[in-house]
Amino acid sequence: MVEVKTADQLNKKFLRDGMWPTIFCNGCGHGVVLEYTLWALEELGWDMDKTVFASGIGCSSRMPGYINADGLHTTHGRAIAFATGIKAANPDLNLIIFTGDGDCAGIGGNHFIHAARRNMDMTVIMINNFIYGMTGGQLAPTAPLGSIATTAPYGNIEPPFDICNLAKALGANYVARWTVTHPYQPIKSVKDALSKKGFSLVEFLAPCPTAFGRRNKLGDIKKHWEWYDNNTILIEDYERIMNYGTEKEKEEVKDMFPIGVFQDLNNPGFFERYEKLVDRVMGGSPKTPVKAKAVVQK
Amino acid sequence: MIEVNEDWCKGCRICIERCPVNALEESDKMNKRGVRPPRLKKVNECNYCRLCELLCPDLAITVFTDDKKKESRKTLLRPVGGRK
Repeated sequence: MVEVKTADQLNKKFLRDGMWPTIFCNGCGHGVVLEYTLWALEELGWDMDKTVFASGIGCSSRMPGYINADGLHTTHGRAIAFATGIKAANPDLNLIIFTGDGDCAGIGGNHFIHAARRNMDMTVIMINNFIYGMTGGQLAPTAPLGSIATTAPYGNIEPPFDICNLAKALGANYVARWTVTHPYQPIKSVKDALSKKGFSLVEFLAPCPTAFGRRNKLGDIKKHWEWYDNNTILIEDYERIMNYGTEKEKEEVKDMFPIGVFQDLNNPGFFERYEKLVDRVMGGSPKTPVKAKAVVQK
Repeated sequence: MIEVNEDWCKGCRICIERCPVNALEESDKMNKRGVRPPRLKKVNECNYCRLCELLCPDLAITVFTDDKKKESRKTLLRPVGGRK
């Protein structure tokens, strides 16, 4: 195998011919997320024939089409449900799901919740741009308070959905949130998430200059990208300030988005538990807990 | 040296704005989309950090490390205590 060192070699290895350039708008963060995922896959050295990409509907869900691997472009919000089916049918496959905020937190919220609760063996890469970009800028469930959208012309009054804290509460094995503006931390984070058994979520805060930035007066592409730098804070710093900081510091960081690794566990995934169940019921190995209990009772 | 896949460039200028040493500029020639892809300035301090390559949303930039040393980064510091 040729070692990949430059982006040109990476492109030749992973990208599907004839699909490029992408349909993404100027300054969109989705292509960056795709690149980070490809670098993480390259560092892991996974066999692309054993990797399946699934996606729902939306800008982010175009991404499996650009990768030279098996992909599934499913119905709106159901990417995680389809991926569960793929994993159940063939547990050898590695599942990566690209999904957007509307796809994952909006219409597919319940699928997401239950996949995280069951600790399904898959990696969800959620690209959060705070808006339904492809359909013209409707209000997304993750949109910050006061943001303008076509369906919220006077400002959003609904508190946003914090998908990372939701996944953390549900006991997902790996939960992280990053912005697209810094490359190295997300690449490592995606690598960790992919190599983790069980449910892992990496949320990316991605700029959407066309639908979100333009309506919310965030300025041009440069200013919009800087907005992400200025309005995020590492979760360690955030927690330290919230616990021990002064009132002034707390007021400053109150509305920022905490980024970083939220949760890193090693709980058994769904399919590990399922194999144990099959072993137990079919009378497999004597080490299973129920059998041992039965022996004690005798 | 950087190599740009010119027809993939959408002209978002992220590489130019976020370059830490300000080594990139727009080229004179337009690509088929009507935008000006980036190129290295004639005099630049590019240290091959590959930030533009990693941040390009269209995967259009590739950074190659030059073997020959640059002249623009000469230090004024002279080692003291060596021979002579």
